[in-house]
Amino acid sequence: MPTAEFPNLFPALPEIFLLVAAMALLMFGVFRKDDEAGPARVRCSRIVARLCILALLCALILVVTMNGSDRVTTFNGMFVVDRFAVYFKVLILISSALSILIAQDYLEVHRVARFEFPVLVVLASVGMMLMVSANDLMALYLGLEMQSLSLYIIASFQRDDQRSVEAGLKYFVLSALASGMLLYGSSLIYGFTGTTSFDAMAGALAAAPGEAVSLGALIGIVFILAGLAFKISAVPFHMWTPDVYEGAPTPVTAFFAVAPKLAAIALLLRVMMEPFGALTVQWQQVIVFISVASMALGAYAAIGQSNIKRLMAYSSIGHVGYALIGLAVGNEAGVRGVLIYMAIYLFMNIGAFTCILSMRRRGQMVVGINDLAGVSKSNPMLALALAIFMFSLAGIPPLAGFFGKLYIFLAAVQAGYFTLAIIGVLTSVVGAFYYIRIVKVMYFDEAEEVLDRRMDRPTALVMAATGILIAIFFIIPDPLLSQAQAAAQSLFGG
Amino acid sequence: MVGTDDPAPAARPSLWVAVACFNSRPPVGRKGIAVEAFLSDYVPIFIFLAIAIAVAAMAIVASYIVAPQNPDVDKVSAYECGFDAFEDARRQFDVRFYLVAILFIIFDLEVAFLFPWAISLGEIGMFGFWSMMVFLAILTIGFIYEWRKGALEWE
Repeated sequence: MPTAEFPNLFPALPEIFLLVAAMALLMFGVFRKDDEAGPARVRCSRIVARLCILALLCALILVVTMNGSDRVTTFNGMFVVDRFAVYFKVLILISSALSILIAQDYLEVHRVARFEFPVLVVLASVGMMLMVSANDLMALYLGLEMQSLSLYIIASFQRDDQRSVEAGLKYFVLSALASGMLLYGSSLIYGFTGTTSFDAMAGALAAAPGEAVSLGALIGIVFILAGLAFKISAVPFHMWTPDVYEGAPTPVTAFFAVAPKLAAIALLLRVMMEPFGALTVQWQQVIVFISVASMALGAYAAIGQSNIKRLMAYSSIGHVGYALIGLAVGNEAGVRGVLIYMAIYLFMNIGAFTCILSMRRRGQMVVGINDLAGVSKSNPMLALALAIFMFSLAGIPPLAGFFGKLYIFLAAVQAGYFTLAIIGVLTSVVGAFYYIRIVKVMYFDEAEEVLDRRMDRPTALVMAATGILIAIFFIIPDPLLSQAQAAAQSLFGG
Repeated sequence: MVGTDDPAPAARPSLWVAVACFNSRPPVGRKGIAVEAFLSDYVPIFIFLAIAIAVAAMAIVASYIVAPQNPDVDKVSAYECGFDAFEDARRQFDVRFYLVAILFIIFDLEVAFLFPWAISLGEIGMFGFWSMMVFLAILTIGFIYEWRKGALEWE
C-alpha cells in the first residue's frame, strides 16, 4: 500500500502565508480589549486593517519573486502555478489591498468598523488565489466556496441595515444555486471522462477526434459554464447583481465588482482553454450568446438607473460581456485581450468607487446620480477624477479603457468574428450615453445642495493614483502588454 | 491521494449505468437491452409502491363506506390533548438555539472526519497525520474566536 508523500508546499507559499497571517490577525483582534462600538474597537480595526494590507503586500512580493517562467504543479497536480496564475494573483492582491484601504473610513462613519472585515477580505483573497491556481475540479470548487463564504459575510457586514442583510442573503441563496449547478456539471464531467484533473481531462476529451463528443460531457460543460457565468454575473445569470451591488456597503460593492470577477474570469479562461480546449467549437456558441446578451443588457438596462451603484452593477455586466468576446475568439490574442481588459477594468472600477465613496452630504452617503449636480464647482478634483473614470469606462481614447476594448476587438477582427466586434462597438456607443450623462450632470447641472468637500486621505490617494494610471496608460503601456502576452502564452504553451 | 492523474480509473462502468438515461451510446449491446436491464432492478420497488397505495386507499374508502357518518360540532373541531389549539406552532424562538446548533455541527463534522482518519492512520503516513493536525489547529482557532466573542455564553 503506497502512503501519501509530502507534497511540495513551496509553490503554494503565498497562499499558506496569507492563511496563517489571517488566522494570526483574527487571534490578535479577538484578544485585544474590546468595548462595544467604542474607540478601542475602532482602533483595533484600524491596526488589523493595516496589518492585513501589509500581509497582502508581502504575499504580492512572494507571488512575484517566486515566479519562475515554468509551469509548476503540486498536491498531486491539483494546484498549478504558471505565468497566467501569477498575473491574476497580482491583480487580485492589488484589488484586495485597495479595497481594504478605501473601506476603513466608510466603516468608521457607519459605525461598523470591526477587525473581522479586513480578515475576511484576506480570506476571500486566499480563496480567489486558489481558484486561479486550480488544476482540478475539486480544487476549483474548494477555492470557489472559500471565496464565496467570506463574500456572503461581508455583503451583509452592515448587519443593522436591512438592505445590506438582504444583499447578503440574496447573494447566498443564488450563489448556492450556482454552486449546485457547477457541482452537477462536475459530476457529469467526472462520469464521462473518469477524472477530475484538468490535465487528464484534456487528454480524455481530445483522445477521440473522429467520434462524436459524448452528450453527457457536453451537458456537464454547459452546467459548469452556467455556474461560472453566475459568478462573473453574465447574462442570463445576472439577476442578483444590481440588488446585491445596491444593498451591500459601498466599499464591499467596490470589492465585489473587481476581485471575485477577476478570479472567476481567470477560472473560466483556464477551464475553457485547458481541459475543454478540444471542444472549443461546442462551447463557443454559448460564450458568444452570453457575451452578446451581457453587452446588450449592460448597455440598455443602465440607461434608466438613477442610483449610481445600480448603474455600476449594469456597467460591470456590460464589461464582462466585452471581456468574454476575447474568450469566444478562443486563441492566444483573444486571451491576451481579456487579460489586458481585466487589469484596466480593475483600476477603472476601484477608481470609480473611490469617487462614489466620497459622495457625502452633511456626513451622509448619497448614491443618486442627480446628487452629483454642481460637483465641478464645489469639488473640482472629485469631478475631474470621476470624469476620467467615466470616459475611460465608456472607452474614449486616449484613456486606458479604450485600449482594453481595442485589444479585444482587434483579436475578434483578426480571427474573423466581425459580427461580434461590430456588436461590441455598437453597444459601447450606447453605453457611452449613460457614462457621459454623469459627466454632464457634474459639469452642467445646477445644484440645490452641494456635496461635502471632506475626503479621507487613503480614499483620495487611491483616487489620484488610479486616475493618473488610467490617464497616462497610453504613454507606458508596455509593462502591462508584455506581462499579459507572457501570461496568455503560458495558458497555450502546455 | 495517489493516482488522481490516472486517465482510466476502474469506477467507469458503474457510472455508465448511472447516467444511462442521458447517454445515446449505452455501454453494452443495443439501447433497449441496457435500459430494460436497468429498469428491471427497480420492479420490486414498483410492486411495493403499488401495494402500499392500494392498502392505504382501501382503508380510506372502507372507512367512508362502512363507518356511520354523523358529524356534529364537537366531532369536527380541532383536537389537541382535549383542548382547542391556543397558539400557532410557528412562533419565534431565540436565535441562540440556532447558533449553538451551528457551532455543534462544526465539531460534529470534525468527528466524522476523525474516524476514517484514525482507522487509516497506518496507511496515510506522516502527510496524513499532519494534514489532520493542521485541520484541527484551524478549527481550534475558530473555537477560540467564538469563545472570546461570547457565542457560547447563554447568560
